[in-house]
Amino acid sequence: MNAVRMTLNVNGEEQEILFHPYKTLLEVLREELNLTGTKHGCELGECGACAVLVDGQPLLACLELALECGERKIETVEGLQNGDKLHPLQAAFADLGGAQCGYCTPGILMTAKALLEQEPNPSRERIREAVSGNLCRCTGYQQIYESIEEAARRMQEAK
Amino acid sequence: MSAKPKTRFEVLGKPRRRVDGRAKVTGLTKFADDIVLPRMLHMKILRSPHPHAVIESIDFTKAAAVPGVHLVLTGKDFPITFGILPVSQDEYPLANERVRYVGDPVAAVVAKDEQTAWEASELIEVKYRPLATISSPQEALTTPEPRIHEHGEQGNIHRLQAFEFGDVDEALAKSAHVFEDLFFYEGNTHLPIEQHAAVAAPDGEGKLTLWSSTQVPHYIHRALARALRMNAAHIRVIACPNGGGFGGKCDLHNHEIVVSRAALKLGRPVKVCLNREEVFYMHRGRHPVLMRMRTGVTKEGKLTGMHVQTLLDGGGYGSYGTASTFYTGALQTVTYELPRYKFDACRTFTNKPPCGPKRGHGTPQPRFGQEVQLDKIAEKLRLDPAELRLGMVAKPNSLTANWLKIGSIGLEECIRRVVAASDWKKRFGKLPDGKGIGIACGSYLCGAGLPIYWNKMPQSGVQLLLDRSGQVTAFCGATEIGQGSDDVLAAIIAEVLGIDPYDVRLVTGDTALTPVDLGSYSSRVTVMMGNAAIQAAEKVREMLADAAAEQLMAIPDRLVFSQGRVFLAEDPSKGMTFAEAVVFAETKYGTLGSVGSYVPPRAPGRYKGAGVGPSPAYSYSACVVEVDVDKATGWVTVPKVWIAHDIGRTINPVLARGQVEGSVYMALGEALMEEQVFRRLPPKMSGALVHKFPSLLEYKSLTSLDMPEVFTELVEDPDPNCPFGAKEVGQGPLLPVMPAVANAIYDAVGVRIDELPITPDKVLKALELKAQGKEPRVGPTSFPDVPYPEPMVVKTPWEGGDGNETKKNDAAAVV
Repeated sequence: MNAVRMTLNVNGEEQEILFHPYKTLLEVLREELNLTGTKHGCELGECGACAVLVDGQPLLACLELALECGERKIETVEGLQNGDKLHPLQAAFADLGGAQCGYCTPGILMTAKALLEQEPNPSRERIREAVSGNLCRCTGYQQIYESIEEAARRMQEAK
Repeated sequence: MSAKPKTRFEVLGKPRRRVDGRAKVTGLTKFADDIVLPRMLHMKILRSPHPHAVIESIDFTKAAAVPGVHLVLTGKDFPITFGILPVSQDEYPLANERVRYVGDPVAAVVAKDEQTAWEASELIEVKYRPLATISSPQEALTTPEPRIHEHGEQGNIHRLQAFEFGDVDEALAKSAHVFEDLFFYEGNTHLPIEQHAAVAAPDGEGKLTLWSSTQVPHYIHRALARALRMNAAHIRVIACPNGGGFGGKCDLHNHEIVVSRAALKLGRPVKVCLNREEVFYMHRGRHPVLMRMRTGVTKEGKLTGMHVQTLLDGGGYGSYGTASTFYTGALQTVTYELPRYKFDACRTFTNKPPCGPKRGHGTPQPRFGQEVQLDKIAEKLRLDPAELRLGMVAKPNSLTANWLKIGSIGLEECIRRVVAASDWKKRFGKLPDGKGIGIACGSYLCGAGLPIYWNKMPQSGVQLLLDRSGQVTAFCGATEIGQGSDDVLAAIIAEVLGIDPYDVRLVTGDTALTPVDLGSYSSRVTVMMGNAAIQAAEKVREMLADAAAEQLMAIPDRLVFSQGRVFLAEDPSKGMTFAEAVVFAETKYGTLGSVGSYVPPRAPGRYKGAGVGPSPAYSYSACVVEVDVDKATGWVTVPKVWIAHDIGRTINPVLARGQVEGSVYMALGEALMEEQVFRRLPPKMSGALVHKFPSLLEYKSLTSLDMPEVFTELVEDPDPNCPFGAKEVGQGPLLPVMPAVANAIYDAVGVRIDELPITPDKVLKALELKAQGKEPRVGPTSFPDVPYPEPMVVKTPWEGGDGNETKKNDAAAVV
């Protein structure tokens, strides 16, 4: 199978890449662009570890062909911070125990970012629903909810 | 004394961002599969589709001829066996003549990329001659041939153990009541979200480096040297931060050996990353255990004696199984006062992925049985189950019937806290039909007293390096698996030196650079690494204090180390920065460094087998669970859990709470849905025994929508054997949750489910039995004949024993 050349917009930067057309977005991010912040736990759309934002919507990168992402804006955990300043979600997860082993964290951060962009002040129930596709084996989820709530609070205050 | 002892803590007990927190939220934490090296190749393993077979031939000509394939390895390349325990060296990195479960590794292909390696592996032609499959312990007991292994006790029995501490039969005969119950705890798996990965590479000198998602780099280092027949000094094992461990990354894994051999042979880096299905086959998780418990009690509800019999389904290999088998009995004595105790255990081989240690290692199964049985005892004696437990909590600073030394014990306080928080007195037995609450307790090790191979060397070492820049670097073999071991190390050193944890640089889990620490298992890191860290930090503080005192014309023990300064206790304005103190100390003493090491206290038990169970301290937990049971569907919902854990002292409350809540989460999965189960394919498809659902979707675990609110209390009863009194928190809080769920279901709908997981079908079946006026119970109904040996008899401390066995019995085993 011949490799294809295309341009991907990742974290606001245009990246020209050459890859096999059967490669998923997850594989292209990790293996072609070396953006290893996005994780994998199943490659079957079951765990949510590979969630990234595509045009602002959370999407499982393991189920998406990179080929289909040419005209779309892709955001990964590497693009969350602004210079040396952590995104409020990142800061809250680090401060409040939202990340234990940290492996599911990038996927949950991206899912939570999409949630807060749509609903700046979500209820606990809405947060539970939003992250229900992201499996975490460490935390028991409670500190994840608290981190998202705290980030929402900090983002509201900063406005 | 080199400086004034701390009267209050500056770091400990304060909620704080963990030292590795920023890396985890920015995607910078490098897990094993995130490592990419120039010229790196990729490896895939071909696995057996048969649960039990002889390999007659392997032809990999076609695979080797695929463009992009660099190497194919088979069992012929690995003539010697390995195993994590010295007594169970029964695995081959790639199968040598026999396969023992579906997923047993048979061949490996190394290629330019994973896809090529995988496609080529499909071209390998393996001729198998299937053998009869042993699918359960019952079948293993009645089917001695074919033997899955030549080692072991007899037939397909791997281990038999039997101990008696005091005459239990006599105690039961004299008891007011004797309760006999059967319980079954289904196996389940760790399910870390990170799949196991490893990268092996020869360095410039031709020596080997292995990066791996492992919890035990030291054990891997040691075992790898043997498996590869290499000088250990030429092997470096680096434990990458684990994306979840839970005990699943404690073994030397076959792929770690194979990828190392491949890298050495090819002279370039090779990576292997298991897919999710392979992680299910790697397993080493919770043993399925069938249990019989006979317990005597007085009229007042005091225990008189207990006889526990366990039967374990070990799967296809030894792994940690010998230790797991001991643990199904060893810790039954440390929670409540138990004057006499008898314990028989049997581990069988079956043609399934090998079982091993998962959070709680061997102890959640008997804990479930004991705590459910206590609920039955309380009901029969018309006692409140919380009061029953409060009346029998083991005493601090005491010895148990099996010669374990208990130090501090905060269990009574834990029980009182959850009883108060859950409004237990007003709610137990009084909630409307379908709603109920249940209580249970647990206890766990703060580190296994002995290493897995016999030696008297330190079990943890910490080395500090300070220089004139003021920087402090700590080296320790401990492994960060998400639990926060790096944070504990930094916090303890910072507390002793009066600096910020963020200012301590850490080098951990690297066998080339760090002193040995045995690894992240048995809840040992805080206690063992922590004690070593205090020793190292105090040594270097003494040097700093001497040098600073000279400058300040003061005596060293009047100096205070606090907030990055060293100053006089009487006059804080007379002092210097920490960095200045380091300069004076480096000037006075030369290059600055120190080491600390930790060896646990010698356990009082002397009998053969006394090595499993001792620990520097024990942690305690109590838990109340609330349930809603839908009587139409059998569905159990848990709206709330209250849990209190005796942590000794909290180092970082954010992380401690996370460990408790994570334990509750994992426990609820084991209680309600998680099961590693197998089925036979239809005869026309081979009849093979296969994993029922090796996928994250089908293997049910709790999502955020299933997880209840958890109310966590940390009880601080500092233990003198622990660093600043801090005990473990990573495993103990899991233990009481499963039985509390079962007890709550009884309170809700009056049925006993003596078997985990408690799935809706079991609840429905029990409700049907109840409606028919039959015994409303679902659980095992028979216990097979197990050829337990005559027990090793050991007199209890109160019978005048000295910790030695009084009757020799070589059949009773040791690790």
